Amino acid sequence: MHSVSRSDVEDFLFAEADLLDRWRLPEWLTLFTDDAKYEVPCTDLPPDASPDSSLFYIADDRIRLGERVKRLMKRTAHAEFPHSKTSRIVGNVRIRARTDQEMEVSCVFHTLRTKDGTTDLYFGTSNYRLTTNGEDFLIREKRCLLGSEGLRPHGRISIVL
Amino acid sequence: MNADNAQPALLVDPAQRIFKVARRNFVDPEIYEAEKERIFDRCWLYLGHSSELPKPGDFISRVVAGRSILFTRDSKGQLRALMNTCPHRGAQVCRERKGNAKSFQCFYHGWVFGSDGKLRSQPGEDSYPEGFKDRETSNMQAAPRFETYRDFNFVSFDRNIIPLVDYLAGAREYLDVICDQTDAGMSIVAGSQEYSIRANWKLLTENSIDGYHAATTHASYFDILMNTTDNLSTGRMGGFGHDLGNGHAVLEYGAPWGRPVAQWIPGWGEAGKSEIGRQYDKLLERFGKERADRIALMNRNLFIFPNLVVNDIMALTVRTYFPMAPDYMVINAWALAPNDETSWARKYRLNNFLEFLGPGGFATPDDAEALEHCQRGFKNSKEAQWNDISKGMGKDKPSYNDELQMRAFWTQWNRQMFPTPIPQIKGVAA
Repeated sequence: MHSVSRSDVEDFLFAEADLLDRWRLPEWLTLFTDDAKYEVPCTDLPPDASPDSSLFYIADDRIRLGERVKRLMKRTAHAEFPHSKTSRIVGNVRIRARTDQEMEVSCVFHTLRTKDGTTDLYFGTSNYRLTTNGEDFLIREKRCLLGSEGLRPHGRISIVL
Repeated sequence: MNADNAQPALLVDPAQRIFKVARRNFVDPEIYEAEKERIFDRCWLYLGHSSELPKPGDFISRVVAGRSILFTRDSKGQLRALMNTCPHRGAQVCRERKGNAKSFQCFYHGWVFGSDGKLRSQPGEDSYPEGFKDRETSNMQAAPRFETYRDFNFVSFDRNIIPLVDYLAGAREYLDVICDQTDAGMSIVAGSQEYSIRANWKLLTENSIDGYHAATTHASYFDILMNTTDNLSTGRMGGFGHDLGNGHAVLEYGAPWGRPVAQWIPGWGEAGKSEIGRQYDKLLERFGKERADRIALMNRNLFIFPNLVVNDIMALTVRTYFPMAPDYMVINAWALAPNDETSWARKYRLNNFLEFLGPGGFATPDDAEALEHCQRGFKNSKEAQWNDISKGMGKDKPSYNDELQMRAFWTQWNRQMFPTPIPQIKGVAA
């Protein structure tokens, strides 16, 4: 992946944010590899903590991520019914490392979520491991490190960060 | 207090099987203020688990009922709960969340305290009389009461409260059942879930011991469980709710999910089968079949009045919560696990935990949504005044999905809030 430019990566991350803002979650899921991970550690853990030995907020493998998407598209996912409105800003995109097959990318996210008259801010850094299927980027790992102290006042991560 | 002059908080008539709770209890600022004094200043409140401070000098700063508490293990290894305020001019002495320190220095004027809270030195000592450092008033104050049961540490701001073991009443036996999962002790796993719900704290008390809501509130979680039959056990189902005295209550029941100690599900494979089998055999050897089955196969949602929940379900969680306003609470939750479990078991335990529990899981966000919508519904409390928690009243053995547990909580709450019943209104709980 040596020929990839930062703006290529930015285009991809902006498109991902757009799918999430428009609640096109099944389509968003196709951005992930079969061995993908999506993780949100608790905010008092070191950034490289392992969900095998520490308590996270979210530690999905590809199967559970699929269940998360299916769930969020149902009326019975009460916390997101009716769906909240979100607006994601992705910035400070940097390519941290790269090999032939993989890239490590970091960015800052600011996500606003509005539901039932209340607007909350989720912010932090997302670390990605990206690979490619020859044409498009695929996400092998997405770890969102919340910048807040705990999850207050919003209290939950019912959307995808 | 105006809270006393109002309408009754509860309407109870056992003969008619009526048990109603005034919705005002969830919204009225005067009730909220009265709760600070009559509930949170008069109970044992969970501070933390001994395993969180493994070494001398370890410390955690934590807020309990609005107080800033410094929880330390001093140089001799003794646990301490110190009021985190400088005896000199009041500044918070420790401003870090956790760590290890030989001493704490207040940054305002530089007074230095040991991890036992005793004053070690202060700048300009020659301007103080001889023996100043030996005065008790020169030290950081200890919490008025601090006691421990099986590594669960509690503080109370009521000097005259009964001993913790007596306060726990029937909850003590259930804590024993939970702690007996292992003979190697238990530890809090790294990582604290620190979240909030925009609802009254008592709604989370009710929700934590509510076996009635699962089928509807958590329909989407059970869909996932049923989609993957590998994740289902064929063990026993159903169970009962119990009033444990002093406002404590528990549900004890069988459920289809896997339990790290010790109910195997096919999704855990052969490696899991031998690990879970090993756990079960150890229990069998220590306790015999009846108690081993109870520890291994039954689930417990244990509530300790007024704000501690220990859920021994698909994982083991400790959760405590405090009101910040009538319609806002903060919650801290941790995973608890046996010290002697394998890395395989630890991984599956945490995996199990996250599927259901916590603010990023498939269930807790929907609980929060339900509670917040109750709080919104209570805006109608002048017109629509009462909650009904009569389900299962009059039964000899109320089911785990009846509402006995909530009645136990509310009866104690009412007893502490309104020790003298309002005489002119018939049917008010004493």
